Amino acid sequence: MEPFKTHTGLVTLLDLPNVDTDQIIPKQFLKRIERTGFGQYLFYDWRFLDGGKPNPEFEPNQPRYKGASILVTRTNFGCGSSREHAPWALLDYGIRCLIAPSFADIFFNNCFKNGMLPIRLPEPQVEELFQRVRRTPGYQLTVDLDRKKITSTDGLDWPFEVDEFRRHCLLNGLDIWWPGDKLIEQACPF
Amino acid sequence: MTPRTLFEKIWDTHVVHAEAGQPTLLYIDRHLVHEVTSPQAFDGLRLARRPVRRPELTFATMDHNVPTTDRSRPIDDPISAQQMKVLADNCREFGVTLFDLTSPDQGIVHVIGPELGITLPGQTIVCGDSHTSTHGAFGALAFGIGTSEVEHVLATQCLLQDRPKTFFIEVNGKRPFGVEAKDIILSIIGRIGTSGGTGMVIEYGGDTIRSLTMEERMTVCNMSIEAGARAGLIAPDDTTFAYLKGRRYAPKEFDKAVARWKQLPTDSGARFDRALKIEAATLSPQVTWGTNPGQVVPVEGHVPDPAEFHDADARKSAERALDYMGLRARTPITEIAIDRVFIGSCTNSRIEDLRRVAGFVKGKKVNKSVYAMIVPGSQPVKHQAEEEGLHRIFTEAGFDWRESGCSMCLGMNPDTLKPGERCASTSNRNFEGRQGKGGRTHLVSPLMAAAAAVEGHFVDVRQYDVKKKR
Repeated sequence: MEPFKTHTGLVTLLDLPNVDTDQIIPKQFLKRIERTGFGQYLFYDWRFLDGGKPNPEFEPNQPRYKGASILVTRTNFGCGSSREHAPWALLDYGIRCLIAPSFADIFFNNCFKNGMLPIRLPEPQVEELFQRVRRTPGYQLTVDLDRKKITSTDGLDWPFEVDEFRRHCLLNGLDIWWPGDKLIEQACPF
Repeated sequence: MTPRTLFEKIWDTHVVHAEAGQPTLLYIDRHLVHEVTSPQAFDGLRLARRPVRRPELTFATMDHNVPTTDRSRPIDDPISAQQMKVLADNCREFGVTLFDLTSPDQGIVHVIGPELGITLPGQTIVCGDSHTSTHGAFGALAFGIGTSEVEHVLATQCLLQDRPKTFFIEVNGKRPFGVEAKDIILSIIGRIGTSGGTGMVIEYGGDTIRSLTMEERMTVCNMSIEAGARAGLIAPDDTTFAYLKGRRYAPKEFDKAVARWKQLPTDSGARFDRALKIEAATLSPQVTWGTNPGQVVPVEGHVPDPAEFHDADARKSAERALDYMGLRARTPITEIAIDRVFIGSCTNSRIEDLRRVAGFVKGKKVNKSVYAMIVPGSQPVKHQAEEEGLHRIFTEAGFDWRESGCSMCLGMNPDTLKPGERCASTSNRNFEGRQGKGGRTHLVSPLMAAAAAVEGHFVDVRQYDVKKKR
């Protein structure tokens, strides 16, 4: 797994609360048996009009957000189905970091398994980010996981909280096998 | 000894390794597998040349993708067929028991686990499916996991987990006629919201919950995830033991197991992180009006006006939901006409659900403006229903009687809504496009769905209370 240390990227916005994993990756695309290639179907029903043309009213479709790697969104992002296809689709689309007031549990965990960093920030700060991004086309953030800080060239400099174990795994690119088979063999008496 | 909750007792006995500041490594007793969330996990095993560590504790079925029409015909969708074939190949290669499309035990994973006695009190149970919370009805700690975690459990029979907080929801008193288990859980979600249980395991208790049958308890625990909770739990009792006795995978030394299970219920004086009390007498049949399960009102209510919401997010959600659902604010719920009825899903597709529906529709007809289908949760449910003649009642009333599977709960198979179609559904999610792009889902109990099928619009089923009329 690719380590996550410091990431600088363009920020895109999804201004909706309770975005469920059915929206992130609709069920008709869950029939693939690979982990890759889901990015083209991300937010499919919102992103594309009937016939497959991009929906101009879907904010992340605006040209100014092309190539974004950080998604700022609202509360309870990733609720519903446990499908890991949701973080796979986001990652394949190019998203490495998500910022929201809250995330649903299973989605939150699934992100870390794929080298993605979901960050919880208080609602007023998320609102502030929405405003800064909308004011400034090309708005970028730097997410420094080592120092647990989010910064931007406009002077934004915020600390964020992250679970120490998950931080350790991401910084070192550790995959799901921690703490390793050996420990499991030794410790598991069943 | 410090009094402990049911959750704490199960958690404590499954800890393999715990270290401060790190998630706990838990032992997993049962791993349920289906075709959609497992192919990448088996691939991972192959790449790393690992076997499935405990194939005898791993059970697979095909449910999400399967057609609910004639099983003797080949599957039309080649990609669905491929996904099922891959599961069959994987199960054969890794030695996992599979209940495939031809098996008399095939069905929705959360219906067949309990049916076969695979689900037992005090266990840890996982599955790559969020509705794994269903199995909590047996006093098992059961939760949904992602595909990476499916791979981890296949390889190690263990899983890293953060210790969740605990939430006790007590429901007391006699349920009024027409208020079903579905209405209890929908009203709980309406009250605490779709993230009200985030990071928590909910234990349901109180005399109303204790009076529920196992199937009703499964309905309640099933939708814990819709409140954002990791899992739902109900303490095992004589109802639980009676249900499990004689099931295929239930312990052979059953009485000894029961003696152990009797130690599981929460000790008096044990503490929860949060608690909520509900009086059953205050509950009404529920109908969702929006695009998440927390957007729900009693059937005697009306579609809310977004302006009523003080919270900006809730207001925005409501506006968007009304637009998507094609509803006007303040419309009485009973004036909403429907096009489709779906009775099925891991929430409400068991024999008791079907009996209640049959009891209501017997001698009545599905409204001519409605297409209604009934999809039993499993082949055993289907056969039981047919043995009791329920299928004749359904088909005579004009329902379509199908083969078992997840079907239109998520519409991965051909059972979907067309854009703009409005459906009274006994399933668990009313998300945008969940049952088909542009489809409009209203979540209700089986009895409410049956009544809507007959009348062509939502009706308050309490008006059919025979005792009251007398």
